[in-house]
Amino acid sequence: MIEQRVALMVDEVFQPTRCESRFITGSEAVKEAIQRSNITMAIAYPITPQSESMHLVGDLYAEGYIPDYFRGESEFAVMGQVAGAAMGGVRVFTATGGPGTLRAFEMFPCWAGMRLPIVCCFFTRGVNSPLSIQPDTIEMAFLLDTGIIMLHAEGAQDLYDFTLRAFAIAEQTDVHIPVGVFADGFFVTHTREMVTVGPPDVKLPPYDPHRSPVPAMDMEGVPVRHMRDPFVMKSNFISYAAHASWQQEILAAVERSRKYVHEYLGGLLETENEEADILIMAAGTAVSQSREAIQLARAQGIDVGLVKIKCLRPFPTEEIQHLARRARAIVVPEFNRVGWLAREIKSVVEDNSRVVGAPRVFGGMTMPSEMILAQLQACVPATR
Amino acid sequence: MDSYRVKAGPEGYLPPAAACVGICLPERGHALLEGELVPEERALEEIARRLLAAGNPVFFPGPLILWDWKEGVAEKARALQVLAREVRAKIIPMPDYRPKYPMINPAVEINPNHPNLTIWHNHIDVCVFIGVHCHYANVALKIIRGGTDCYTIAICGEVGHEDAMISLRDAGLRTLERLTAMVREMKRKAGDVG
Repeated sequence: MIEQRVALMVDEVFQPTRCESRFITGSEAVKEAIQRSNITMAIAYPITPQSESMHLVGDLYAEGYIPDYFRGESEFAVMGQVAGAAMGGVRVFTATGGPGTLRAFEMFPCWAGMRLPIVCCFFTRGVNSPLSIQPDTIEMAFLLDTGIIMLHAEGAQDLYDFTLRAFAIAEQTDVHIPVGVFADGFFVTHTREMVTVGPPDVKLPPYDPHRSPVPAMDMEGVPVRHMRDPFVMKSNFISYAAHASWQQEILAAVERSRKYVHEYLGGLLETENEEADILIMAAGTAVSQSREAIQLARAQGIDVGLVKIKCLRPFPTEEIQHLARRARAIVVPEFNRVGWLAREIKSVVEDNSRVVGAPRVFGGMTMPSEMILAQLQACVPATR
Repeated sequence: MDSYRVKAGPEGYLPPAAACVGICLPERGHALLEGELVPEERALEEIARRLLAAGNPVFFPGPLILWDWKEGVAEKARALQVLAREVRAKIIPMPDYRPKYPMINPAVEINPNHPNLTIWHNHIDVCVFIGVHCHYANVALKIIRGGTDCYTIAICGEVGHEDAMISLRDAGLRTLERLTAMVREMKRKAGDVG
């Protein structure tokens, strides 16, 4: 084990002066992030394509970087167990994906309601029958309204950066809400790319539970007690008002995270050539496919801009409204059947007939960049 | 949405969370005054003025100042008592956040989940939250704004509260001492030496 020093400032871990490049998978990028995150506990349950990442986090336990690590009985059990750890006042990490996400689903709004700063990686895959282990981002549609912050990584570099930085966002007193770091399963988890990582001998400053907006666990106080005596069990206006105001406070906490997403991720989205008449707006690996399509389009004289959406909750509403103002067409390629990102964008832009919710592939299919190019070509008449 | 103000209620059945309608927490050295960002000094003056003008001001100290749990808390609690005496305010401790099932007695206790009952019962026109965990303070402040006309003030040791009419941030012993000095100065100018 390498002797680690606690960073005096988080920038020493996030923007280190000493960096190195490694050719690693997304799962290995998670290991690198967790090695530097100074967590107290990690809890695992295997589910493809997430399993490898938590195997590797287990290696960190064996190497002495993590004080406690175990396998839970199921995904639902794990999510309850990480909630217990977070309530107890320690920094904790887990990962899941696909059917595991759905099996554990009840716990995600509970995490948010308990104001727990858990960081969880979600490696997305198909969830429907017939069974598929292949990439598909449909589970993100289900999670959009659970009250957790949602970051979507394009590749292994984002996965490393977002996972490590998620702790800093989650643990702010005015936020203190779980962060889900999403990556498209297999495309990211099982593919190697060059990833720049910080020095392994420096780790984040420890979590300070005394800055939490709720007390650390006390069996006679909330959050434990509030589960024993839910307000809603009392049939009076104040009980209902408390419950409703509580939910509002979770939404407020997510809103407050915007400034920290700006601080630690450089914004909720990134743009290239944003003045173009046609914009592609995408998240996850659809961004990478879009980059290829833009090269093909440029060779044909079609000018296209790119909006990479990194943060889905809170949603970059104002930024997208501003970017969409002058675009003639907005193409939204997605790796899922329902088109949840196109739906989100359509809900905030004026004249949403300009939003093309295509192409879409799902069930593990790849998205050839020519499919995106075809949509761009179809938009050209609208720009004349 | 841009013009939303955080004023004393009653605002209605279920007011929005101020953070969701464009009210942002202050940066260091600043404070919130009815939803507007102002220099901390301006907010302190307004707190002093509101407390002195109140008919029945009440401090609601929470567990972070009621329990002597870390260095500096006892001194802060004593400073709070001095301030409360200066403005002739009552102190209703808020020691924990447990829902009081099935009824509370608003004559003897407050709970942030039933703050409007306590405020109604005690005819409180200005209340000050201090040492209350941020989540519970926000939940309570929102309910108070929805159902009462009480003017709420949050003296917060962390980053502040959008749902209070006035909110300080990073407030410690020095902040309370400055506030007390300001109160004394205002009383002196008004000829009130009692």
